Amino acid sequence: MRFSSVPRLPAGVGIGFKPDFFDGLVDGTHRPAFLEVHAENYMGAGGLPHFQLGRLRELYPISLHGVGLSIGGERPLDREHLNRLRLLIDRYEPASFSEHLAWSSHDVAYFNDLLPVAYNRDTLDRVCDHIDLVQEYLRCRMLLENPSTYVEFSSSTMDEVDFLAAIARRTGCGLLLDVNNVQVSCVNHRRDPFAYLDAFPVEAVGEIHLGGHAEDQDDLGDRLLIDSHDRPVDADVWVLYARLVRRMGPCATLIEWDNDVPPLAELMSEARRAGEILHAEALEKRQNTGHRA
Amino acid sequence: MSGQVDFSRALVDPNVPPPSGLRKEGGRIPSRRFNVYRNNVTVSLCDALAQTFPVVRQMVGDEFFAAMAREFVLVHPPKSPIMSGYGEEFPDFVRAFGPAASLPYLADLARLEFLQVEAFHAADAAPFEPGLLATFVSEQLADLRFRAHPATRIITSAFAVASLWFAHHGQGDLGDIDPARPETVLITRPDFAVRIYRLPQGAFPFFSSVLAGQPLGVGAQEALPGDETFDLPGALALLLESGATEAVTLEKDAEHGPI
Repeated sequence: MRFSSVPRLPAGVGIGFKPDFFDGLVDGTHRPAFLEVHAENYMGAGGLPHFQLGRLRELYPISLHGVGLSIGGERPLDREHLNRLRLLIDRYEPASFSEHLAWSSHDVAYFNDLLPVAYNRDTLDRVCDHIDLVQEYLRCRMLLENPSTYVEFSSSTMDEVDFLAAIARRTGCGLLLDVNNVQVSCVNHRRDPFAYLDAFPVEAVGEIHLGGHAEDQDDLGDRLLIDSHDRPVDADVWVLYARLVRRMGPCATLIEWDNDVPPLAELMSEARRAGEILHAEALEKRQNTGHRA
Repeated sequence: MSGQVDFSRALVDPNVPPPSGLRKEGGRIPSRRFNVYRNNVTVSLCDALAQTFPVVRQMVGDEFFAAMAREFVLVHPPKSPIMSGYGEEFPDFVRAFGPAASLPYLADLARLEFLQVEAFHAADAAPFEPGLLATFVSEQLADLRFRAHPATRIITSAFAVASLWFAHHGQGDLGDIDPARPETVLITRPDFAVRIYRLPQGAFPFFSSVLAGQPLGVGAQEALPGDETFDLPGALALLLESGATEAVTLEKDAEHGPI
């Protein structure tokens, strides 16, 4: 199924919304290009979260980012959770809805983490079935985010980029390309992040994520990067981002910072840095394209 | 055997080895790598509990709270991805948690904190405007029924849970509190801020009756006989001014709905 009438996020830099940021975003002190919220934080019946989101959506395009749908799960999707998402989408009409290539629930337990899937035909079929259902149920095209992973499965037979590309092709969904996750997963599994980005089907990308990671060591004493969202974007990730934008042109970009969240002004300075790269590289792409024409 | 069943078991139980389907690292099971997931799950769920129960955490200290939360997470993993609803069983767990036995009020304090989170996320409604009570004549008062505001919660405890809660928010001195003094707590949220009211224990029968939709006259009779701490006019005033109710009906023509 194809959905074409979906509003899109603007090709600028947005930030992850936190309740403490509300005043500074509403009184005009700061003005990111869009705001991203975690869907599960707005699933209560009422109160301050809904008041804030109702006000913010009048001022900003909203990206609704789910963390609990368990699209990669072996068990069927949770219809109650899909219903809650549909209510949110109907009520706030976000410019984008995204979720993760991961699972987070099994049987009756919800693990509150994004857990990895094996990349093979069986999981590909399952994930595509789930995405078809999500898009039909929510009546919109969704974006699927590449994961940060710490382990791999011996049953994997496909490359992560090929797996994501196949999902986008089969379901018509878009992709959310998290450049920090690319760095984390590639370092952890000893792959080349530049090759990953160069192979990525950028025509399907509707949003880019940037965030910070921590560093640890694995069982062999090698670098193990942890997707922690608790610090500024890493220098390596900025380099990857510049290369990506030069290749694909301007794209909605989010600064993710979920733990040890800094004041809004500090987050906005990260956003400005991304904005400078976005505009400089996009300009270069236009000029290069112009020379060739 | 399903891969995610194996993965899940090892995730929540540190005594279970990592699942067998993981790609090995230099011929070895990648335990440290798998532990990142274990740690993420435990830490994120314990953080969710710490957010819902900040006063309990402050009272027992970070380390004690973390140990108690870890045990809770093992026994009661969340059933839903909505983290604000996680921890409903935590008060009962705390009550039965041996190492916390020296703080007998801790479980009720946890209950008070969970109800505040419920109130914070409850449905919106305009509270009943106290001035509208003047539209009834005094002969009708005993027949009035109040409809509780969706955010209103009331609990009673054998301990001074409201006083302890206030002291941890900088109101009142912990040293002045007799924890064994029973208290009733009314929680309301007429706008977006949760409000906490400390009431004498004797206020509970009246408030719970009236908030459950019993006529005011019935509620007034619920007050414990001979309880001199209960002050009916004061209780009625608080019921109205706290935003605890959203509508009033007259029992005799209740079919006409709220005014």
